[in-house]
Amino acid sequence: MNKKTRILGLLATTVLAGTILAGTTVVQAQQTRLTVATVNNGDMIVMQKLSSRFEQANPDIKLDWVVLEENVLRQRVTTDIATKGGQYDVLTIGTYEVPIWAKQGWIKKFDNLSADYDVADVLKPVREGLSYEGTLYALPFYAESSMTYYRTDLVQKTGLTMPERPTYDQIKEIASKIHDPANQVYGICLRGKPGWGENMAFLSTMVNTFGGQWFDKDWNTKIESPEWKQAVSFYIDLLKNYGPPGASSNGFNENLAMFSNGQCGIWIDATVAAGMVFNPATSKVSDKLGFAQAPVASWPKGSNWLWSWALAVPESSKKEAAAKKFVTWATSKEYIKLVGETEGWVSAPPGTRASTYDNKQYVEAAPFAKFVEQAIETADPINTTKNPKSYVGVQFAGIPEFQAIGTQTGQTMAAALTGQMTVDQALKTAQSAAERAMRQAGYKK
Amino acid sequence: MSSAKSGVLSFVLGWGAALLLFFPILWMLLTGFKTEVEAIATPPTLFFSPTMENYQAVFQRADYLSFAINSVVVSVVATALAILIAVPAAYVMAFFPTKRTRGTLLWMLSTKMMPPVGVLVPMYLLFRDFGLLDTLTGLVIIYTLMNLPIVIWMLYTFFKEVPPEILEAGRMDGARAKQEVTLLLLPLALPGIASTSLLSIILCWNEAFWSLNLSAHNAAPLTAFIASFSSPEGLFWAKLSAASTLAIAPILVFGWMSQRQLVRGLTFGAVK
Amino acid sequence: MSAITASGDVKPASSARRSGQKIRTLPFIAPSVLILLVWMIVPLAMTLYFSVMRYNLLNPVVEFTGLGNYQYLLEDPSLWTAMWNTLVLVGSVLAITVVAGTLLAVLFDQEFPGCGIARLFAIAPFFVMPTVSALIWKNLLMHPINGIFGFLSRSVGLEPIDWFAQYPMASVIMIVSWQWIPFALLILLTAIQSLDNEQKEAARMDGAGPLSMFFFIILPHLGRAISVVVMIETIFLLTVFAEIFVTTSGGPGLATTNLAFLIYVRALLEFDVGGASAGGVIAIILANIVAFFVVRTVARNLEA
Repeated sequence: MNKKTRILGLLATTVLAGTILAGTTVVQAQQTRLTVATVNNGDMIVMQKLSSRFEQANPDIKLDWVVLEENVLRQRVTTDIATKGGQYDVLTIGTYEVPIWAKQGWIKKFDNLSADYDVADVLKPVREGLSYEGTLYALPFYAESSMTYYRTDLVQKTGLTMPERPTYDQIKEIASKIHDPANQVYGICLRGKPGWGENMAFLSTMVNTFGGQWFDKDWNTKIESPEWKQAVSFYIDLLKNYGPPGASSNGFNENLAMFSNGQCGIWIDATVAAGMVFNPATSKVSDKLGFAQAPVASWPKGSNWLWSWALAVPESSKKEAAAKKFVTWATSKEYIKLVGETEGWVSAPPGTRASTYDNKQYVEAAPFAKFVEQAIETADPINTTKNPKSYVGVQFAGIPEFQAIGTQTGQTMAAALTGQMTVDQALKTAQSAAERAMRQAGYKK
Repeated sequence: MSSAKSGVLSFVLGWGAALLLFFPILWMLLTGFKTEVEAIATPPTLFFSPTMENYQAVFQRADYLSFAINSVVVSVVATALAILIAVPAAYVMAFFPTKRTRGTLLWMLSTKMMPPVGVLVPMYLLFRDFGLLDTLTGLVIIYTLMNLPIVIWMLYTFFKEVPPEILEAGRMDGARAKQEVTLLLLPLALPGIASTSLLSIILCWNEAFWSLNLSAHNAAPLTAFIASFSSPEGLFWAKLSAASTLAIAPILVFGWMSQRQLVRGLTFGAVK
Repeated sequence: MSAITASGDVKPASSARRSGQKIRTLPFIAPSVLILLVWMIVPLAMTLYFSVMRYNLLNPVVEFTGLGNYQYLLEDPSLWTAMWNTLVLVGSVLAITVVAGTLLAVLFDQEFPGCGIARLFAIAPFFVMPTVSALIWKNLLMHPINGIFGFLSRSVGLEPIDWFAQYPMASVIMIVSWQWIPFALLILLTAIQSLDNEQKEAARMDGAGPLSMFFFIILPHLGRAISVVVMIETIFLLTVFAEIFVTTSGGPGLATTNLAFLIYVRALLEFDVGGASAGGVIAIILANIVAFFVVRTVARNLEA
């Protein structure tokens, strides 16, 4: 009897406590609360840290952060915006999503930016990538292309020199001489982790420069082609012979960790990594670091990608004014300056503004600045491939179906890399899966 | 003589197996107190001066307490609700079985075999329309329903161990069904209820799909906390270990403290 | 079936009493049945509805497509691979956890110094979130360069194994088994401890060695506990997701794509709600088949 009442009482209190707690989180003070969804990349974590300055300057706005890993974030945000769930006021999305979402009317326009914001200062390829029908729909937080990183000490030992714009054959030669697995130094690190934003981002640029492409101008899938075969075989050959073990599970983060730890001789990846591998606090190799453009093969264009992480405001947000205020703050010249002054100029968010590259303090702190700016300026999402193509994008095709196709292709390429399939089999599988998806989506009857 | 020898043998084997199973957790614990450079050093650093810098970094980046409180509230309330709903159902199934009872039980359990991602979009739309997205109430509802089949089934096995004669005797004295359950059955089945609750709390705590997809900030539990640390840029092994330790510490301590209870309950019912 | 008739002799009393009580128990059971029904039927109905619609979240024109999604899915070679992988994963983990759980349970049934503490250590993995355990295994243990396993094999002069590339499925099985062995251990240990000590003593007096003790006394007694382990684990293993998501993303190729992961790919990587719903319906059907065969065979033991 006693026991029983005690248990029931306990149950009642827990239920009650739960409802009260649930209640308090809903009812809030008069402040505007913005829910900001972002990726857990280094630059965004700095933004989260510095956002208290924004809150101090705007005491009526309070920021709630949702920081997630890239894949999880993308799925969360897409589900929410497509179902008009309205859980977020500021979203972090990329060059791939912005035009597609803008077309659907899911995100708000940024059409009357103040003169202070100086929108003309934003680098042109980046601006174009975030526009739909000539209007900006998101503001760039940082932008990146791809480039080659190498260890000057290791390259010197081989007696070879790294050209400013190497070819893939030269890369292979240097990597083969650096490769020293017994001492855990590997010739080259490349992305192998499957995903359209992981291994396929890199592999697409390789395919471009070997003369291939995803689709031709009539939306015919071109994966099963000599150009793809040449590029993929070269990639697998490089990684198998001169790459680290476990390459098929290495993405950007894993490679960054390995390169910073001194285990890679050459690494071809996002320019945004420059600020991190060059920072002695996060990298063991900051004093023996060399930079070059992304390697090329037979076709000179499309060898370096273009991506930017941008902040957008969903159409479902009821706090447009406050949200836009935050977005313009976080992408402004002042914010870049704030990061430079508090975190060191080498960590300033790169790739977005010409003024960053005109800034002497930045260029002095970041010797890679010239390479990055040049890589971004030369990336061309429209005239990329040797033969005409129907899609916009360097390392992706700007259509909703691409995520599926890119991810599936990424999986088969990873299978080829681990030797579960031959290159021919992998390309055939990827080709037929992509054709199926394009048929299902109605591009091809 | 042979018992002494076998005692040594079971000591060695027992501790060997225990340490082997525990090693990954122990290693994570240690790594959380290393610097990032020590964390990925090969050969692994065994002796190091512990640092708190990873924990400081984790606390600075995320409001651990609010995630942890959400986890506690959601697990406990959802478990309490599930038990409340399940007791009557299990009672009827155990004491008034029909031909369909077993089929019903199996059907309920089979509902748990469907991957939740298959119904994500429908659920998301429902949650949106009822204003349950990113609320603790929403998570409590989904967890209650999620664990209900297992809770009913476990309670059912426990109730079946209670001799019907005791309840019958009570009924002679004029007890109504409600009294019969609250006054007679529950006290007898208490250990079973306790271990069912413990299991349900553990399952709620570790559930990572619904919690990630239906919460944003206000209701986000520890599974969302860990998702923000799972692959940050640069060297991250030590910080990841610190964050992981923080995410599992409460439930691990809770599980250790209550394992006697868990075992006692199980002995009473399902596996006797 | 036999179990029911075997215990039938106890039941007449209760079934006789049932008829008199029927009306009174209805309001009692109604809430839970109602809630479960709503829980089952509403999402199920919505899933069925979407499964015949062409609906991509990124291209939201909802239109009727009949069985198009099912056809698309069934024509997809990856579906069959995924089903096979699901079976391999469930079967292997069940086998490993039951065998290891039984052996460990016998071991921890012995008294030895510190056995209480050792038992706490052994059951700890059960309390670890799947995401966390996958992250620990992937980064701290199985990483071919910085992981402990790599270090161990290098220190005996072997090439480190690149787990997720060379043995992807085995790696996933290993991680999942690690999480579930403690559960099996806990249940089976409870069962062994509930075994009559007198019974054990008597057998020992009769000169039964440890082996025959195990096979003739302990193992038969564990039948029901093993059924419980198999049933509960099957429920969770059919939907293993986090471990795959964190470690291999279903690859390389399709090597570790199980049904849950395939549906995830459809739903949240491709945002094909129609296709994912069709996959969900197929998963429900499969779940019921499994429930019918596997659980039913096992369930005999549960009706005592």
